[in-house]
Amino acid sequence: MTVRAVEPWTVEPVRRFIAESQARLVLVMTPAGQVLAQSGFTRAVDVMSASALAAGIVASTDELAALLRQARFGALSHQGALHGIHLMRCDTPRTPLLVLSVFGRNTSLGLVQLFAEQLAVELGESAPTEARPRLALAEDFERELHQSLNALFGT
Amino acid sequence: MNVAELNTALEQVTQVPRVLGAMVVSADEGIVVGEALMEGLQSNAVAALAASVSQKLAQTTGAAGLGSPSFVHLAAENGALLAVPAGLGLVIVVVAGRDVNVGLARLEMLKVAETIG
Repeated sequence: MTVRAVEPWTVEPVRRFIAESQARLVLVMTPAGQVLAQSGFTRAVDVMSASALAAGIVASTDELAALLRQARFGALSHQGALHGIHLMRCDTPRTPLLVLSVFGRNTSLGLVQLFAEQLAVELGESAPTEARPRLALAEDFERELHQSLNALFGT
Repeated sequence: MNVAELNTALEQVTQVPRVLGAMVVSADEGIVVGEALMEGLQSNAVAALAASVSQKLAQTTGAAGLGSPSFVHLAAENGALLAVPAGLGLVIVVVAGRDVNVGLARLEMLKVAETIG
């Protein structure tokens, strides 16, 4: 399965994760919902919706953890009749990342969890240590958005 | 059966010489439901992979017209992985060292399966 990435260092770890876990869709993103890599999605609108929803879910669970006066939840999962989702936070030297995986009945939550833990380690080892430059201007934002969509979908 | 009873039943399995650990795993999800393991065994990894192997073997025996496996014995270089399907979509998995008494371990695993129902 093809992995498209804005950040090339994410490609190999995600590719290995997909090969081992048999996940159907994978998104690697920042907690703000900015996508760094994707696999399995065919439409930009799906990626944007999924990343926004996943970031929202993690933000909500962070608040629940705060209400419980405990550390953030590391991962959450839902199992449906046809598909399951696994949403995990992992730390890298540059920034925390979220990984959303959608899997079918050809694999299991346990396998996805297992290989997601390995993915977290590999992302942490692969991530560059220098901080990413922040772009704040509107024209930069639009240019970066187009560059990201090109990288993620090859348009 | 409650969690305490399940853990007690699993402890009985680990009393068999050279059994390193016993766990109950959900067959579909491959996640641990209950466990009694020696320190150092990665229960999540064993549960996920053992459940996957059990399902693949069930597909294989099904395709061969043999029905579902009633007992799985996977002999390895340094020990064995044993699995017995139980009710409620669960699988009992045992990790054992070399020269384990497989028959005795199987009997104890079947007792756990009966307890689960």
